[in-house]
Amino acid sequence: MSMREAILTRVRAATAGKQVPPAPEVIPRAAGTLTEDPLVRFRRLAEMSGSTLDEAASPATAPGRVAAYLKDAGLTCAAVVWPALAALPWTAAGIAAEARAPQTTDAIGITGAFCGIAETGTLLLLSGGDSPGATSLVPETHIALLPRERIMRDLEAAFARVRAEHGSLPRALAFISGPSRTADIEQTIVIGAHGPKRVHIILVG
Amino acid sequence: MEVTSDKFRAAAARSLADTQLQRALARIPERFVAARARAAAEFGEFEQLRAAGAAIRERALARLDVLLERFEAEAVCRGASVHWAVDAAEANRIVLDIARGHGVRRIVKSKSMVTEECALNDALEAAGLAVLETDLGEYILQLARERPSHIIAPVIHKNREEVTELFSARHRRPRSTDIAALCQEAREILRPQFFAADMGISGANFLVAETGSVALFTNEGNGRLVTTLPRVHVAIAGIEKVVETLGELAALARLLPRSATGQAISNYFTLLTGVRGATESDGPEAFHIVLLDNGRSRLLGSELRPILRCIRCGACLNHCPVYQTVGGHAYGWVYPGPMGAVWTPALVGLERARELPEAATFCGQCQVACPVMIPLPDLLRRLRTRTTAEHLRPARERLALNLWGYAARHPRLYALLAAFAARVLYRLGRRRGWVRWLPLAAGWTATRDFPAGEGRTAREVLRRERGG
Repeated sequence: MSMREAILTRVRAATAGKQVPPAPEVIPRAAGTLTEDPLVRFRRLAEMSGSTLDEAASPATAPGRVAAYLKDAGLTCAAVVWPALAALPWTAAGIAAEARAPQTTDAIGITGAFCGIAETGTLLLLSGGDSPGATSLVPETHIALLPRERIMRDLEAAFARVRAEHGSLPRALAFISGPSRTADIEQTIVIGAHGPKRVHIILVG
Repeated sequence: MEVTSDKFRAAAARSLADTQLQRALARIPERFVAARARAAAEFGEFEQLRAAGAAIRERALARLDVLLERFEAEAVCRGASVHWAVDAAEANRIVLDIARGHGVRRIVKSKSMVTEECALNDALEAAGLAVLETDLGEYILQLARERPSHIIAPVIHKNREEVTELFSARHRRPRSTDIAALCQEAREILRPQFFAADMGISGANFLVAETGSVALFTNEGNGRLVTTLPRVHVAIAGIEKVVETLGELAALARLLPRSATGQAISNYFTLLTGVRGATESDGPEAFHIVLLDNGRSRLLGSELRPILRCIRCGACLNHCPVYQTVGGHAYGWVYPGPMGAVWTPALVGLERARELPEAATFCGQCQVACPVMIPLPDLLRRLRTRTTAEHLRPARERLALNLWGYAARHPRLYALLAAFAARVLYRLGRRRGWVRWLPLAAGWTATRDFPAGEGRTAREVLRRERGG
């Protein structure tokens, strides 16, 4: 008997005839998730998780806001961007943007976002040919352009939208809530562990 | 991995005398217990959420065979390979075969307790592979050659000075005791290793049957690096980790971080399905999922079944007065605290861990904090009952109880012995008015005094008062 069959046989014997308890009738959401304005909540909780926020009136004006952020923060204007965003007017805004997979020396990564989740102030990024996961992960600074109309109330709504637009799940769904952190040494929180040290969200539209 | 759970008492005594450890453990109430309480209060209907979490996990266990087969079919459909391992040795052999099959030499790992359960690193290193832990806490432990003392805060027992010593001995960089500087140092040392590795190994917080996905909750970002950059990804999961739907996963995603660290959500919650697409520039080309039994299917049909709901949040450790006092290493295997006092005897055998069910005050805080409402005190009580039923208690104690039982069934003998004992106690305590030492029970009186008796049994007193 294969190991698979050995395990499944034991599991079947243990579950045979057992009553399956009913599914929970309601899954509660965090207080305020279903009543608070999603945009207001998203901004509030994203800031609480350590992200910074800005706005741009349209995709075409977003590179200007990115440049302003980089200048204010004293950061380099050389960035890797998602191929999906390669057509935006980066050069005109003074940003040396390269649409490729990031190397470990790249300091700034610019991505889009599939949607935002108001319940926890979270970004959802989907992997794909023109949206590599490493861009939001390897550079020290991650800048995400999030279309304002793509802020969902909760995880359930985000999953539903992924399925509605993509059918099956993309390879990686990355739910990102602020810069990376660790509290492993003496339970003291340090921002910037292995992932980005800064997450800057620009609400577009 | 060596099991030293039968030496809990001795190890606990050493932990109590370790002032450095006591200082570290003193952080638990504020950093974990209070943080969870704040998160639960902010959430609002947290008790309803716990009830939903318990129901979701129970439902999954009741149809575990169906969900595992569904998970396998969906995962394979997306290009992943699913392997089944009956025990730790098989899991290690499978991972080693995968590594050899893909010509792997360098492996990076994100934190995984199930690989600790298998002692996977030892097996891979013995085969000549380079294995690097990348979670900051696990990396520190790998340098120190120690095991985790907490399932989500593995290095909680160490202070920054010890980390400084380890880093300066290994990294040959300027010494620092600044915690942020130590984290930055680890980041710089480990960063190139993610790019150089051929294979990443992770655990799995949950498996989703309807999509064939692996869910990971992390904060540092190493979990994403390990599952994004190397060309091979191996995820190892206990068979109990499966849930049916994304909706159920959403409920558990609300419970796990709040119960673990008091965060509303972990920094990174990643859902991984299948292999790199033709147009993608990153993500693994090969995705192997190892489903580990190692005793779990046996538990499913046993009275300890509710422990299989466990989502490894660590809340029961944090809320346990015993864990708070002795820390994790005293428990002697992989899983400490109340959940460990059930998981350890359940997986390695009660005879090798018989002292762990005793390591409880039955205050019930573990059950109150558990996000999936596991009746931990009840499970510990059942294990204690089994310890007695299987004659695993010390011989002297069993003899004493048998003698007492015999006497209790023979009233005349009992009266005689009780009268003798009452007089002995009276003589022992006569001088001070307190009994400070008892023959055959010195362990009990080592930390307790009690008032001396009057030298007569209750029966004797009653008989005299009735004028008999």
